[in-house]
Amino acid sequence: MVETLTSHEASLLWVIPALPLAVAALNLFVGKGLGRWAGVLATLAVAVSFVFSVAVVADLLSRPAGERLALQHLFDWISVGGFRVGADLRLDALSAAMILVVTGIGALIHLYSIGYMAEDPRRGRFFAYMNLFVFFMLMLVLGANYLVLYLGWEGVGLCSFLLIGFWFDKVANAEAAKKAFITTRIGDTLMLIGLATLVFKFGTLDFVPIFGTASSVLTKDAATVIALLLFAGAIGKSAQLPLQVWLPDAMAGPTPVSALIHAATMVTAGVYLVIRSHVLFEVSGVALTVVLVIGVATALFAATCAIAQFDIKRVLAYSTISQLGYMFIAVGMRAYAVAMFFLVAHACYKALMFLGAGSVIHGMHDDQDMRNMGGLRKAMPITFVTFLVGALAQAGIPPLAGFFAKDALLEVAQHSGRSAVYALATLAAFLTAFYLGRMLLMTFFGTPRSEKAEHAHESSPLLWIPLAILAVGVAFAGVLELSPDGRLAAYLEPVTGAVRQVSGLPFLTLAGIAVAVAVLSLAITWWIYGSGRIDAAAFRARMEPMATAAQQGWYADRAYDVVFIQPAKALARMTGDIVDAKVIDGAVNGVAGLVKRAASGGKLIQTGFVRTYALVLFVGAVLVLGYIGVRV
Amino acid sequence: MRTPIAYFLLLGALLFSMGTVGVLVNRNALRIFMSVELQLNAVNLTLVAFARMHNDLTGQVLAFFSMVVAAAEVVVGLAIIVSIYRRRRSVDVDDVREMRW
Amino acid sequence: MPLDNVVFWVFAPISIAAAVGMLVMRNVVHAALFLVVNFFCIAVMYLLLDAPFLFAVQIVVYAGAIMVLFLFVIMLLGVDRSDVRTERLFLQRPLAIVLAAAFLVEISVAIHAAVGFSTLAPEGFDQLQANGNAQAVAEVLFRDYFFPFEVTSILLIVAAIAAMVLAQRKVRAVSQAELDAVEAEAVS
Repeated sequence: MVETLTSHEASLLWVIPALPLAVAALNLFVGKGLGRWAGVLATLAVAVSFVFSVAVVADLLSRPAGERLALQHLFDWISVGGFRVGADLRLDALSAAMILVVTGIGALIHLYSIGYMAEDPRRGRFFAYMNLFVFFMLMLVLGANYLVLYLGWEGVGLCSFLLIGFWFDKVANAEAAKKAFITTRIGDTLMLIGLATLVFKFGTLDFVPIFGTASSVLTKDAATVIALLLFAGAIGKSAQLPLQVWLPDAMAGPTPVSALIHAATMVTAGVYLVIRSHVLFEVSGVALTVVLVIGVATALFAATCAIAQFDIKRVLAYSTISQLGYMFIAVGMRAYAVAMFFLVAHACYKALMFLGAGSVIHGMHDDQDMRNMGGLRKAMPITFVTFLVGALAQAGIPPLAGFFAKDALLEVAQHSGRSAVYALATLAAFLTAFYLGRMLLMTFFGTPRSEKAEHAHESSPLLWIPLAILAVGVAFAGVLELSPDGRLAAYLEPVTGAVRQVSGLPFLTLAGIAVAVAVLSLAITWWIYGSGRIDAAAFRARMEPMATAAQQGWYADRAYDVVFIQPAKALARMTGDIVDAKVIDGAVNGVAGLVKRAASGGKLIQTGFVRTYALVLFVGAVLVLGYIGVRV
Repeated sequence: MRTPIAYFLLLGALLFSMGTVGVLVNRNALRIFMSVELQLNAVNLTLVAFARMHNDLTGQVLAFFSMVVAAAEVVVGLAIIVSIYRRRRSVDVDDVREMRW
Repeated sequence: MPLDNVVFWVFAPISIAAAVGMLVMRNVVHAALFLVVNFFCIAVMYLLLDAPFLFAVQIVVYAGAIMVLFLFVIMLLGVDRSDVRTERLFLQRPLAIVLAAAFLVEISVAIHAAVGFSTLAPEGFDQLQANGNAQAVAEVLFRDYFFPFEVTSILLIVAAIAAMVLAQRKVRAVSQAELDAVEAEAVS
């Protein structure tokens, strides 16, 4: 299935994660003293890593397809009995794509952050965490075995927690960070069990032996179990159903954090994991179906929620969840190249939109409610144009990147005979265009609906230059060329295996349907929100109580609270108040009390009368003598 | 000597038990001390009787040492009683009761 | 009747009676004097047991030194008044007497089992001290038990010093000025 690749030693691979790590340590310790240089150094670290990544990938591409694999063994990490894990890095087509995305978009976001966090007194800490995150993300995608991947996995979770709760003096932010960490932890724990099962079955965690022997070592059921456990981790990290609840709240962090972690990189780690482990999923078969189903369900679920949000960042958050669902749909259909292209394109336009939202929020003096915005396209033209490019790309308007990605996915669905998936994905595309249009119209068009909107202004160049670069990238990314037999697929083939070809409706027909759906949706949103003929608020009022339900994420948070959190809290209270206070303390205090009472009673022997002691002594002597006498 | 040697041992035992009664029953420290001396003498008698019995002078030498040590003991013991008396104006051992619960 | 039998049967009851007297007497001085009588009787027992050296030492050390010291202290402290008779410790007296009796019975049984009540002392003791008892004891003492002998002498010195320290009254150091003041007062 997967060609065995011949590998060569990559001597500079380690520099790519090492640079952000070093600067992170620097910023952590002396960041306060560095002032604005903290951000500059951090950005340079990621930018230089990007340059190295380009160099390393170029070297990779210069070799023939069968040799596109670079391995680097850094040191022996674990060596216990017969179990060995090395700190090994692996560069192949898949990880190459990922490191380019992480370092490239990461560098742009760091540049943006210099301006965005310019007034924050703790920005040294911020940049340290951001660089640390980049380091861990790079380790995640460069790992040559599951343990290095897991190291990165946990590390990005940690950095996500630190960054979401960066403004920790507000309790809500700390709560959001906690929620993110705990929710992903559920997935991570299941994933760890999956890793343990892998060790149990294969005796190693290295990719090469596992994927090479998976079909012969694993039964279908074993593969299903392992694949689903790993996918559980992906569900947590990528905020899929049922663990999607943390991502909307994670918007409490600074906007660059949302852009980098919760749009472009960390949340895509789940997709990367499944693509990387596709051999296991294919042996199982059932697991891929599960992935597909969850992807479809999440895509639709999140899209319905996105329609009803008022906070601009929450629209983008639910949008991310929905788009990740799309990626998993592609993976579930074995269209890994499509999923990867979707990942890259999404990273670009979602980061773009988040940064744009940050620019809007900055201009609105930290107001994120779209009901207070309006007409901002005149006040913030550059932000408007770049944001528009991103939104249209995601909606699937040609010739922007998103069009190619979405269309390829729908094509695979239709060609492989999965009509239900095709229909539902198209419906989700309709909803996607709807919420994007609504967001655009409410924010940038119409008349300003509040004081802040009237006095909004464009942001500094430090903020809009990255926006411009990303917009250009988004506009022309279609060059990467998507279709299952396109260049991207061929590039990824050594890693992902050949894609099955089934025929169906021709490409142009499908493309036409997709574009028509998108345009129709945008037209409807224009009619509701932009033309002024419909009272949007009344329209929404008629949709109650569904509108509020959608806005509240279909009450998922409340359901989890009732089913899991309150019982857990009650159990904790019971354990604390009853078991700990009464039973355990009671036992310990009871023992102490017993000793006390025994001592109280026992001390009465010490009467103080010497004659009593002498008498007892004599009694003992007589008894001993008697005993000896009787014995002898 | 025509007395059975056991009689000396029995005499020693009798004197020893009387001395013990004296130690246990008396309250005056000096009386207790004198009863202890009685006990010691009883033991010395027993030792010398054993020396005679086993034709070994070790018993006599041991009795000799016992006397020496008893003398030293009396010296120090009486000095202690004197200093206790100076403090408390009494030599009743039942009054020396501080080390109790 | 052999002489040593007579001596024994005279002095043994006297010693027992003296011991009883010591226990019973209300006056402490009288009790001490009875004890002296008992010591003399024990000394005679030593003589009977062919230990003339110990006979002498017993009288000199015990009756002569130790009891004298006792009497000194008794009279010094003025505790020759009669003691209170009531016993406040529960069962002390009955138990003491019972236990003493039990002890006596146990020892008697032991003696009977080991030696037998009618065994006479073996012959041959005179050969042991052909040159005299003192010389024989000296030989054993300074040859086989020389080290304990030296240790015991140190013990005596230590005891003497201890007694001096324990019994001293705290004396305040007097300055020359105070001395002059006292003398001046004595003159006037």
